Amino acid sequence: MSEFWRGARHSVPIVLSTAPFGALFGAIAVDNGLTVGEATLMSMSVFAGASQIVGMDLFGKHVPGWLIVLSIFAVNFRHVLYSAALVRYVSHFSALQRYVSFFFMTDPQFAETARESRSNPPVSFWWYMGMALTIYILWALFSFVGAYLGGLIGDPKAIALDVLLPVYFLGLVMGFRKQHGWLPIVIASAVGSMVGMYLFGSPWHVTSGALVGVVVGALLPPKNHVKPVDPADLAGEEV
Amino acid sequence: MELFRTDIILIILAAGVATYLTRIGGYLVLARFKNIPPRVEAALDAVPAAVLTSIVAPAAMTGGWEVSVVILAAFVLGFKLSGLRLLFFGWALAMVLRHAPF
Repeated sequence: MSEFWRGARHSVPIVLSTAPFGALFGAIAVDNGLTVGEATLMSMSVFAGASQIVGMDLFGKHVPGWLIVLSIFAVNFRHVLYSAALVRYVSHFSALQRYVSFFFMTDPQFAETARESRSNPPVSFWWYMGMALTIYILWALFSFVGAYLGGLIGDPKAIALDVLLPVYFLGLVMGFRKQHGWLPIVIASAVGSMVGMYLFGSPWHVTSGALVGVVVGALLPPKNHVKPVDPADLAGEEV
Repeated sequence: MELFRTDIILIILAAGVATYLTRIGGYLVLARFKNIPPRVEAALDAVPAAVLTSIVAPAAMTGGWEVSVVILAAFVLGFKLSGLRLLFFGWALAMVLRHAPF
């Protein structure tokens, strides 16, 4: 069980940066005609913030249900890449453990699991679930609170809630900086996503940026030897 | 108003199933291969940094000038700070940029 609590502790910065968005989603959902119960259920069944907010936008415009489902599917399509990449980290999980753990896979969960598999392999199932369940329960709880309190949050920009998610994700990107080919991949993805944003708009910039970065990662000259990890490199990466 | 409506619940549950399919999709496809070629492995290794960068970079472009400054500063400080400390720094800098009287 200590692994479970270690995972739960690792989720603290994730919860701090995503809780405002859970509450924001709840408030937006009620604003677009969902009930408190429906908004909470959506956070528990979809559990993917950006796609939930996109879905609310469409609910408010009274588009057909299948189109809402398709849009949420498109926004979440990047998860296909995550589960393909995650297979190697969780190959020692049982089949049931894999099907359970993949349900809880989010952007930060994936990034932290990739990091854990480098710093403390093999990834423990209970470490994974400690992190995943803490994020899941608090995501649902904050969605409920946000929906219940409705418009009380006001302008999220006034208290700078809008910078939390980008800065948190940037911190995760920085955590991979010792990785082979990190800088070319980051530059390629940044350019690819900005061009994608300009040409196709959101959320397709994520697809275009990720594709460019992944192709660059595949085409870079392979590393010829594995350098031993200096423990000092990992010292600052406990969260 | 009732707490749940059947048509809305169906859309929400279908969206949940569709999202779960994206979460297991890569696993189900990759499980069919016995050996992963090195280029494919290098591509998969690049996934986390590539996707996360693609989420952040346009935010630096479209979120307003304060967000651009915060992300640039956080990128530089990210070589020294990590996790919560970097998060707090970014938040504090955004608050100063938006509310300081200059």
